[in-house]
Amino acid sequence: MNSMTIRFGRMTMAAAAMALGLGTAVPGAFAKTFRWANAGDVSSMDPYYRNETFLLAFLENVYEPLVRRDKTLALEAALAVKWGQTSPTTWFFDLRPGVKFHDGSPFTADDVVFSLNRASTGGSNMKAYFASVKEVRKVSDLRVEVDTKYVDPLLASKWAAILIMSKAWAEKNNAAVASDATKNEENFATRNAMGTGGFIVKERKAGEKTILVPNPAWWDKPGHNLTEVVFTPIANPATRVAALKAGDIDMMYEVPPQDTDNLKRDANVAVIEGPETRIVYLGWDMERDELLESNIKGKNPFKDKRVREAFYRSIDVEAIKRSVMRGQAFPTALMVAPGINGYVKELDKRPTLLKSEDAKKLLADAGYPAGFEVGMDCPNDRYVNDEKICQAVVGMLARIGIKVNLLAQTRSKYFTKILRKPDSKPGETSFYMLGWSPAATYDVHNVFEALIQTPNATTKKGQFNVNGYSNAGLDALADKIEGEADTAKRNAMIFEATKLYVDDYAYIPLHQQAVIWASRKNVDLHQPADNRFPLRFVTVK
Amino acid sequence: MISFVLNRVAQAAGVLLAVGFIAFSLFTYVGDPINAMVGQDTSQQEKEELREKLGLNDPAPLQFARFIGNVVQGKFGLSYRTSDPVGRLILERLPATLELALCAALFALGVGVPLGVYTGLYPRHWTSRLLQAVSLIGISLPTFLIGILLIVFFAVILNVLPSFGRGETVKFGWWTSGYFTVAGLKALILPSVTLGLFQLTLIMRLVRSEMLEVMRTDYIKFARARGLSNRAINYGHALKNTLVPVITVTGLQLGAIIAFAIITETVFSWPGMGQLFVQSVQFADIPVMAAYLLLVSAFFVTINLAVDLLYYVVDPRLRGSTGGRH
Repeated sequence: MNSMTIRFGRMTMAAAAMALGLGTAVPGAFAKTFRWANAGDVSSMDPYYRNETFLLAFLENVYEPLVRRDKTLALEAALAVKWGQTSPTTWFFDLRPGVKFHDGSPFTADDVVFSLNRASTGGSNMKAYFASVKEVRKVSDLRVEVDTKYVDPLLASKWAAILIMSKAWAEKNNAAVASDATKNEENFATRNAMGTGGFIVKERKAGEKTILVPNPAWWDKPGHNLTEVVFTPIANPATRVAALKAGDIDMMYEVPPQDTDNLKRDANVAVIEGPETRIVYLGWDMERDELLESNIKGKNPFKDKRVREAFYRSIDVEAIKRSVMRGQAFPTALMVAPGINGYVKELDKRPTLLKSEDAKKLLADAGYPAGFEVGMDCPNDRYVNDEKICQAVVGMLARIGIKVNLLAQTRSKYFTKILRKPDSKPGETSFYMLGWSPAATYDVHNVFEALIQTPNATTKKGQFNVNGYSNAGLDALADKIEGEADTAKRNAMIFEATKLYVDDYAYIPLHQQAVIWASRKNVDLHQPADNRFPLRFVTVK
Repeated sequence: MISFVLNRVAQAAGVLLAVGFIAFSLFTYVGDPINAMVGQDTSQQEKEELREKLGLNDPAPLQFARFIGNVVQGKFGLSYRTSDPVGRLILERLPATLELALCAALFALGVGVPLGVYTGLYPRHWTSRLLQAVSLIGISLPTFLIGILLIVFFAVILNVLPSFGRGETVKFGWWTSGYFTVAGLKALILPSVTLGLFQLTLIMRLVRSEMLEVMRTDYIKFARARGLSNRAINYGHALKNTLVPVITVTGLQLGAIIAFAIITETVFSWPGMGQLFVQSVQFADIPVMAAYLLLVSAFFVTINLAVDLLYYVVDPRLRGSTGGRH
């Protein structure tokens, strides 16, 4: 207890000194302070703490990856100026010379090797990005090489999510290992940051506010005109909207769908919306011989393609878009969105809706003339209007004689119920809703591997294939796609594999939900489809 | 007196243990924190390992025993949500909540007692009737609605007060205070009014009915007969005799203000413990929830004790009757 008090004392003295400094810094005439808010805070300043869009997107302003994504989500040089493969299983990264960390220390290959090791060990949540890595080695101060266990053409793309930390800083502050939730120790990197990025963390009050200032020594030419950025979490959506309308904040990141119309009417506010890369879809148990939650015993109706077709072609996504999503959805027929590598535009066409008699006939042909009863699982706080979408689906299926018993619950309970078990046993669901964005690679292979390939406990494929869908042809194609470096051949295989799952009615893709942001009219910013918010493109007039 | 206090402390320990145990039995139902702790690409095996290491597979009584064991050693663990030490998270949020609660309580007392006296003294005057009617709003409207209405009016339309947050704060050791800056004080107004309105109404109505009661008693009539000034009668004799129930209620309400600042804090994005608790519930952040619930029950127990002791000060009759009874 004593040592704790002393620690608090020391910390607050430093903080008090900082507060004094703040008091004297009167904003000049050209100060462009940008204040923005989100529903939740950034959970940590540690870039490997959680593989979560908001955390990574926020920290990308402070830390930088080797290669980053530009406005169209394509890769561009950041801390590496050149990268590629010297052999099928060896990658190289030539580092940018003359880059400095915020404390003025030089950035070298040592920092890269250190960061990649830190991100792949300990309590890091980014380990999945290192599945193919055998060894990372420093060749010179400005060159790093990576050996992979198998051909991994997506390595550079994946590592756009790995932000580079300062080795010296982390070691000095006893933060050389990523913080581990199971150990009762505080990690310095949880509240402090030392990167090379365009912004420096000036003040961090977890849960209250985080203040960033531009990095004057940044290697890149800033596309923004800001002198200070203040980020505040505001949990209550109504308060967030009021704060924007009152001008207390300049931008809100997550706009509640019900408030978009209201905000659009405000002359001082601009609403920015676009499709998100996440696909929201419905799936079903195709694995068990008898559904867990159904009145049909002894067989599983979803194993019959006619039943799946009847379901698929009875769900009116345009109606969902119109009445549930208030127009803020982008209906789709695929499990990947435009902007993701491997999106096949020719196949993104939904089959026409069936008349209810025709759908009933399909069900009758399959042996269910009177329809059947099935349980449905749905989250109620994960995706935009998730529960309402499911309710609409219940109504649409009732028209063809399917009685759906909907169970909508909070995400922590929902995911535990439906996801596959650690031993790869199927989850406890018969019919469910889920959303997925290949955020790790921005490539369709991630979707094949995680959602569509046959679940396998040893190869770790199909871990999120809640369906238990299994198609040997697709499995083989997906494995080849993983290692194929020739783009034309790879695209042909992607086309073929996509056609397989589309023709099988393996899933019912519904839509991409819209990313909706709102800002004051005097703010100019860029909204990428992956829902990241790069401060480097923000200008305040 | 000392034995009385000791007795109460022992009771308090029992209450805390009970609260902790009930809390842990409920945590089994708040959902699984693991999925929120890891990214979407984390394998099921890793999740299972994490769950095992955190002891989430153990039965609730065992988890509870482990928690108590750590608390006795002063260890509250790390938050599942942010990896911050729970003790520090709560200490950082404590000043915001206590300052808000204090302001709200002062507002409720400072306005509620005089209004109560006034409406008690002139029960038939039209202003009293009006006050009575208006005060119903304080009881019948839900807190979040009052908060949002105040924000819309004072922040969005008039643009004179901030819509959220604490404004500027000053540090004193680990304590952060909003009492010493203009922005901090301005930020306190709307949340304090929102939080204190219910208590204000309650106190006003309580004081009023007590005053009506007391003003009919013989000693007030005698006081009048003796020719004492109205001021001395109203405040020196009448009000003082209405205070015992007022103190009881105010004391308990102070606990309620602290514990139920949750809604006000959420509406105003006030960085206090209530907001921390809401975030923790959404995340199934068990270490923070457990520590918060213990702390709040400790507050209630302490306030109860303080209220009991205050009776001795206010009511001499109680002082006489204590000898060795406890």
